[in-house]
Amino acid sequence: EFRRFSLERSKPGKFEEFYGLLQHVHKIPNVDVLVGYTDIHGDLLPINNDDNYHKAVSTANPLLRIFIQRKEDADYSAFGTDTMTRKKNVLSNVLRPDNHKKKPHIVISMPQDFRPVSSIIDVDILPETHRRVRLYKYGTDKPLGFYIRDGSSVRVTPHGLEKVPGIFISRLVPGGLAQSTGLLAVNDEVLEVNGIEVSGKSLDQVTDMMIANSRNLIITVRPANQRNNIVRNSRTSGSSGQSTESSLPSSTPNILANFLQGEEESDEEDIIIEDSGEPQQIPKAAPTSESLESLTQIELLHESTQNGFLPSSEMNLNHSAANVNVEYEVQDPDHKSLEEDGTIITL
Amino acid sequence: MRRFLRPGHDPVRERLKRDLFQFNKTVEHGFPHQPSALGYSPFLRLMAIGTRSGAVKLYGAPGVEFMGLHEENNTVTQIHFIPGQCQLVTLLDDNSLHLWSLKQHGGASELREEHRFTLKGPPGSPPSATQITAVLPHSSREVLYLGTESGNIFVVELPSLRVLEDRTITSEAVLQRVPEDYCNRRSCELVEALREHPKNPDHILIGYSRGLIVLWDLHNSRVTHHFLGSQQLENLYWQRDGSKFISCHYDGSYTQWPVSSDNRQPEPLENLVPYGPFPCKAISKIYWQTTKNGLPYIIFQGGMPRASYGDRHSISVVHGSQQTAFDFTSRVIDFFIIFSSEPTAEFDDPSAMVVLAEEELVVIDLKTAGWPAVHPPYLASLHCSAITCSHHVSNIPLKLWERIISAGSKQNIHYSKMPWPIDGGTNIAPDPPQRDLLLTGHEDGTVRFWDASGVCLHLLYKLSTVRVFLTDADPNDNMNTVGEDEWPPLRKVGTFDPYSDDPRLGIQKIYLCKYSGYLAVAGTAGQVLVMELNDEDAEHIVDHAEADLLQDQEGYRWKGHEKLKTRDGPVRFEAGFQPFVLVQCQPPAVVTSLALHSEWKLVAFGTSHGFGLFDHQQKRLVFVKCTLHPSDQLALEGPLSRVKSLKKSLRQSFRRIRRSRVSSRKRRGGSGNASEVQEANAKFDQDALQEMELAPVQRKIEARSAEDSFTGFVRTLYFADTFLRDSSRHCPSLWAGTNGGTVYAFCLRVPPAERRMDEPVRAEQAKEIQLMHRAPVVGILVLDGRSTPLPEPLEVAHDLSKSPDMQGSHQLLVVSEEQLKVFTLPKVSSKLKLKLTALEGCRVRKVTVANFGSCKTDDYSENDLAVLTNLGDVQIISLPFLKLQIRYPCIRKEDVSGIASCVFTKYGQGFYLISPSEFERFSLSTKWLVEPRCVVDVPEVTSNNHVHNKSGMENAARKS
Repeated sequence: EFRRFSLERSKPGKFEEFYGLLQHVHKIPNVDVLVGYTDIHGDLLPINNDDNYHKAVSTANPLLRIFIQRKEDADYSAFGTDTMTRKKNVLSNVLRPDNHKKKPHIVISMPQDFRPVSSIIDVDILPETHRRVRLYKYGTDKPLGFYIRDGSSVRVTPHGLEKVPGIFISRLVPGGLAQSTGLLAVNDEVLEVNGIEVSGKSLDQVTDMMIANSRNLIITVRPANQRNNIVRNSRTSGSSGQSTESSLPSSTPNILANFLQGEEESDEEDIIIEDSGEPQQIPKAAPTSESLESLTQIELLHESTQNGFLPSSEMNLNHSAANVNVEYEVQDPDHKSLEEDGTIITL
Repeated sequence: MRRFLRPGHDPVRERLKRDLFQFNKTVEHGFPHQPSALGYSPFLRLMAIGTRSGAVKLYGAPGVEFMGLHEENNTVTQIHFIPGQCQLVTLLDDNSLHLWSLKQHGGASELREEHRFTLKGPPGSPPSATQITAVLPHSSREVLYLGTESGNIFVVELPSLRVLEDRTITSEAVLQRVPEDYCNRRSCELVEALREHPKNPDHILIGYSRGLIVLWDLHNSRVTHHFLGSQQLENLYWQRDGSKFISCHYDGSYTQWPVSSDNRQPEPLENLVPYGPFPCKAISKIYWQTTKNGLPYIIFQGGMPRASYGDRHSISVVHGSQQTAFDFTSRVIDFFIIFSSEPTAEFDDPSAMVVLAEEELVVIDLKTAGWPAVHPPYLASLHCSAITCSHHVSNIPLKLWERIISAGSKQNIHYSKMPWPIDGGTNIAPDPPQRDLLLTGHEDGTVRFWDASGVCLHLLYKLSTVRVFLTDADPNDNMNTVGEDEWPPLRKVGTFDPYSDDPRLGIQKIYLCKYSGYLAVAGTAGQVLVMELNDEDAEHIVDHAEADLLQDQEGYRWKGHEKLKTRDGPVRFEAGFQPFVLVQCQPPAVVTSLALHSEWKLVAFGTSHGFGLFDHQQKRLVFVKCTLHPSDQLALEGPLSRVKSLKKSLRQSFRRIRRSRVSSRKRRGGSGNASEVQEANAKFDQDALQEMELAPVQRKIEARSAEDSFTGFVRTLYFADTFLRDSSRHCPSLWAGTNGGTVYAFCLRVPPAERRMDEPVRAEQAKEIQLMHRAPVVGILVLDGRSTPLPEPLEVAHDLSKSPDMQGSHQLLVVSEEQLKVFTLPKVSSKLKLKLTALEGCRVRKVTVANFGSCKTDDYSENDLAVLTNLGDVQIISLPFLKLQIRYPCIRKEDVSGIASCVFTKYGQGFYLISPSEFERFSLSTKWLVEPRCVVDVPEVTSNNHVHNKSGMENAARKS
């Protein structure tokens, strides 16, 4: 079920008051609930203190979508970027439902208002001298913020040591995504871009490839500084732990196929506006042979009810953002006029 | 399970691909870039042109063309045909000689390099000792005489190119019997000219640069005559009977010398400075042609008064009281005269003069009074005004073709009726399969219509849009008017005119409907003209409409150029395409896309600000759509900032040209000064290089955002009759794609024909698609129910295409620079895609649907996409599954202008500019191949030596 009500944007008040208001509106005064909202990127983020509550209200544009879950059957992993925009995690959750149920969640505190900006992936299949870094551009307004240049590196070949041309990171923009991750550094040699080797390609080609992949850029580098390399099998290092990716079978073609697929999903986000209506994501055409995906879709819907989301049309809408297989359309004429009323909080 | 088959591993498909696709560069159209040498064989009736990049091209009758390329890519400085043979020698600026042959192979002649040779002096001798300055192929066909800078003449055997040491004519031997005082004043210096005696092959005339001329007896190895010239020599020419010869000089004079057996050291008969008395430029080449009526033709290059006309590139023809100084638009490289080469003929009777200027070929008819120019069937100067865009239309209906030709013939009345005089060889290529038009837009506001069906790219008709506008140029400014008492009697010839009066006139987009004869052209200052073909002259008013593309935006100020002023009142137009309506975009930014639908009578146009739709039947603007992002200031400011950089690059290129000119100066052109300049240039180059090395090239990696500049720039427009709103009713629609990855679709309501004038055309935005990768949209296409691209307007009406399948569901193909995507229609959902850039790092520059027929069976053909990438590769991608079929490297990736100029045809061919003046033609199809195929026959070797004598003389022309 869902509710729609309005709040004054300039005076949102305290989180406690808001929490009370929600319990009142839904007539669930004594139920402990988790409160979450979708931000402008479609990510589900928690509201659990004054700060992120204010942030949520201030970013409402103009609608703020709030999700409420019963605390006991809440799924913490639902929060974050991946849940809303990337199917993969959802998919892996679906395929291995026991995965997260059995996994004891060590809840030290409530999930913070964080989303991943980068990760080291495929640690187990790469040579230790290499590092595969994923930059999540879509989750942030930060620029990618780096430059590349031509250079040369020394390779071991059957004919002995050979100097070969290579592509190197030449500059990191202060405050940019690349710099803030700490995973890339000046003079790191770029070996691959989203699974495609760069050797034999010109600087301009590599530039175009990176820009073409900029929404989900995965670059494999040989760091200039080899002292911080991840020692194999120690997953406790500072990586943001894309466990799903690094725990996949470790044969290279599979991995490549895997993240090419991942990439496909992440940028299937073209938007269509029909008859000057609302912008919507363009769905994939009904899959004909890809039965696996349609299966996922069904399971997912099932899953979401299990998760304890209060079933509502709004929720459905947001899930379809997570799973691009679902088509939806908002053609509500009233909808528009409501938008004009200022901040509306919908439930 | 089909999809698990890896692409490229289906053997049936692989075989089919071989039957469909094949890459060939077939022929170069247009005028060779930087020509540097000219040769002619009166025996073969073939002309040869050498270039600065080491190419040698042979031309005969239309369709007879050969091309060869020297490996060294050095400048060709001289070309000489071997008399009576299918052979020629070329001299390069690295002093190497190359022997080329035309040999028959598989039924057609081919040009091949046979031998190469560099003259070597004795060890320790200076390089000048063997620097070749003059080449004389002897009529015996056995030897070449090579004059050098040292004054020695070496003899080289043919065809082995072996030096015959014992036959060398040393300067010492020549000087032996020269009077002492003359000898002291001037040392021999370099050999300027070598000419064989027209009647006696044992005698050759040797001219040295300081003025000494001797007649040398080859048989007895001695000088028979001394001619003591007092002026620096430029060139020599024998009269036909061998009784006289003529020499021309550095001071602008020419001298006639008698040759008789009684006087071994004759005085000149006549010494004349034709454009004196003030100091004149050198006469670098001269002809003396005899005629039946006794009055000779004296034809010479240069000789203009230094002070007032020193900058003219002229060739003067004097025939009795008639004298004309043909004034060429660019530097004259060389010229030759076509005259009677029959050995029995008593007189030369010149028929035509062929002049190779730096930018064009001009042929003058010397037989017809007034000496009109001959319209060349090939070697057209494509760049007579810089090419700004091209448009290709395949398979022109005969009716339209004839009308265009008839319009063009009315423009060509001032040309001579003489058949093309260079007619050697036989064209054995099959007739072109269809009539193709290539339209080029030019900077001066003209559109040229070229017959691109066959090997000879031939100008059919020239359309000028200038008359619609008021420009600074005075229309009455006729360059050809020559006053009665004008001296020198200059007459401008040629069409090369790179100086545009107003760059705003430049043509940017062309769209021709071959069925209706409607033509739309759009230009630099936002002007869109719609024209109709009219077979008669007409005077009418051009309707004028404005399209304010910033309609709903405020607070913007256009800082670019103003729109062109239009002429008031009726304008007279010659037969051909006549404009009837002008749509002026506001702001008057360059038109970046154009589409015409002749059936619906609509024209769509786009700029960097937005796009509009105009109903040219009712002459009413249907709608405009602003695509500008509010924060995009750059797009508003107009092209000013770009102009600045253009100026800079122009300056740089001028500097480059100057530098290369300096370095290619004649070897004798002032020793001290030139070498200093060269040194300075070398230093400059080195500095620039170092500077580049200091600042390493780096590239910024950043995602595109909506706020980037020029996202609103409309890249492509497309009309389609398809299912836009629902799957039960199709309707006319207009699609537009922008630089920022947005696609707009408008639903159109075009009233039925009977009410077409009464009801307005309506448009309503139906869809807007934002590609999240935000790359520029370069192509939009709708595929019908059979996955076939929708036919062109009127194609079905003319029974030339099956009507599209309106039963099955349509698909939309959007091609951005980075990806190709197929969406379903009417509900837009993404079906499949090919991510070209992410996979290969290349970006789409041009894309067209092309039809490929199988070379094995006539009944199979398929539609594919031909794609040119920024790396210069051509890729063929299948429809509708977007599978890469094949890839060919085509253009060097550094050749940005070549890539930008590429146009594909509908049948898998293409054109791109390899220089400002030349199109390379290439073919991707096994079936449609237009390439030269011709035979040059070796005529029977005759014992009559005189034939070869004449040709030998002709070819010994040394050029500066």
